Amino acid sequence: MALVDSSQDLSAEMEVDAFRRLFPLRFFERHLSESLRPDGRPLGKARDTIVNLGLVSSADGSALAKIGSTTMIAAIRMEVMTPSLDSPDEGCIAVEFHMPPICSPTVRPGRPADEAPVISKRLSDIISSCDMIDLKELCLVSGKAAWMGYLDIYCLDADGALFDAALLSAVAAFSNLQIPVVALNDNGRIVAINGGQEENASIREKEAVNKEKRKLTLKNIPFSLTCILHKKYILADPTAEEESIMDTLVTVVLDSSDQIVSFNKSGGNALAGSSAIKSCVELAKKRGKELKEILGEMDID
Amino acid sequence: MEIDREDGRRPNQLRPLACSRNILHRPHGSASWSQGDTKVLAAVYGPKPGTRKNENPEKACFEVIWKPKSGQIGKAEKEYEMILKKTIQSICVLTVNPNTTTSVIIQVVHDDGSLLPCAINAACAALVDAGIPMKHLAVAICCCLADSGYVVLDPNKLEEKKMTAFAYLVFPNTTLSVLPEVEGEPVEHGIITSVTHGVMSVDDYFLCVENGRAATASLSAFFRKNFQQTQGAV
Repeated sequence: MALVDSSQDLSAEMEVDAFRRLFPLRFFERHLSESLRPDGRPLGKARDTIVNLGLVSSADGSALAKIGSTTMIAAIRMEVMTPSLDSPDEGCIAVEFHMPPICSPTVRPGRPADEAPVISKRLSDIISSCDMIDLKELCLVSGKAAWMGYLDIYCLDADGALFDAALLSAVAAFSNLQIPVVALNDNGRIVAINGGQEENASIREKEAVNKEKRKLTLKNIPFSLTCILHKKYILADPTAEEESIMDTLVTVVLDSSDQIVSFNKSGGNALAGSSAIKSCVELAKKRGKELKEILGEMDID
Repeated sequence: MEIDREDGRRPNQLRPLACSRNILHRPHGSASWSQGDTKVLAAVYGPKPGTRKNENPEKACFEVIWKPKSGQIGKAEKEYEMILKKTIQSICVLTVNPNTTTSVIIQVVHDDGSLLPCAINAACAALVDAGIPMKHLAVAICCCLADSGYVVLDPNKLEEKKMTAFAYLVFPNTTLSVLPEVEGEPVEHGIITSVTHGVMSVDDYFLCVENGRAATASLSAFFRKNFQQTQGAV
C-alpha cells in the first residue's frame, strides 16, 4: 500500500508523462474515475473507424480497415479446386491472419506472434458458424469444381482490438469480392476468361459457367467489439496500452439479428458477472449499428 | 419435457468424473482427469528461474504446452494453449514467485467431447499437486444448446457435433466461507473464461451460464472431496 500512497503524493508534483510510465494503472484509474480515457474518449466509445475497399488490384476482393490506429488489410484470392467428397457442391474459405514485425515492437522477426494463429482460428470459426457466406454459392460444377477463397489479413499496426479490426476488414473484403468469369474448356477443365478478348467470346457464350463477374450475397454480417473489464468500469475498444495494463478482455461478436456468435473471455483478473455481460452485449449492439452504417456508406460509392 | 440423450443421461447430468493426482514421477505435480471417455493428463514443472522474452519479470510467468493425442499441433491447439494460459494466470497468485516460469504440459489421452474444460480441470488439479500458490480453483464445464432450446451439460463428441451451439465456461470454485458480494452477486458467479461456438441468442447464453454455474457446484464438491482424500492418505 505504501507504493500506492507514494504515487498519490507524487502525482501532484510529477510530470504527467513520467507518472504515466511509472504508475500506469494509477494513471488510468484517475482517468476512469472521471469517466474519461487518456485519449479523450468516454468509456463506452470506440475509436474512429475507416473502411476502404479495393486497394489490392491483384486480389479479387480487398479492404483496408482502420480502428483508431489499428490497421488491417484484407485480401481475397479465388482459385478453382476440386470439392471434397463430403460436400461436393460447396466451396471453401481459408483464413490466414498475419502479424509481420512491422505491426508491433513485441513481434520479432523470424518468430511468429502467439496471437496470430489464435485470431485466424477465431475468424474462420466465426465466418463459418454465422452463415455469412453460403458455401453453395461458391460451387461451379457439382463434385468437379468449386471456388476456394484464400482470405489473408495483414496487420500493419497493432494498437489494440486486433480481432475487431481483422473481422471488419474481412467482412469488407467479402463485400468487395467479385468472383471472376470462368469457363469449361473441351478437356473439361476450368479456365479463366479475360473480359476483352474476342476469341474467347464464343466460349464465353457457350460454356461460361458463370456469365459475368458476380458478387457474393452476404446473408448475415457479424460485428465484434472488444471491451476491457476493470473493477466496475467497462472500456470499449481498448488501445494496446490499455490492453497491456488492464488484462481482462471480453470480445463479443453479434450477427445482424443481434444474436451472439461468440462471447469470448479468456482469463484476466476481473470476473464477468451477469450485469457486466449484459453491458458488454449492449455496447456491442451499439457498435454493430455504427459499423453497419460505415459499411453501408461504402456500398453506395 | 425432457430431451433424451444417446447415452441415457439427463440434460444436466455430467459423465462420471475421475481424478488421480501425483501419478507421474518426474514432474513437480501431475494429475489425470477424466469425464466419461475424455481423458487428459497434466504435468507441472516449476517454478523454474527466469522468464521468457516479452513477459513481465516482476510476476510469475506460465507456459502451456498442448500435446494432441496424435499428429502435429495446429491452430485449434494453439488457441487452447492461449486460453489455458490466460485462465491459469488469472487463478494463480503471480506475485509470490516473481521472475519464474512454470510449465504446464497437457497430454490428451482420449478426446470424446468437452476436451478444453477437461484440460482446464486437469491443469488445476496438477497445479494444486505441485503446490503452486493459487487464489482459488477454476472449474470448467461445457454447455451445449440443442435445437429445441435446451441446454445439455458435458456433451460427448457425438452430441457436440449435433448441437447448434456450445459454450465452454470456467467459473471459480464454490467456497464454504463467506465472501463479499460483487454487485449483488456472489464471487463464484463471475465467469473466468468463456469460449462459444455457433450462434445463440443472448437469453440462451444466459441459460447456458446459469446451468453451467449450477453444475460447477457438484464439480467443486468433487474437487474438494478428491483433495481431502489424498491429504488423508499422506
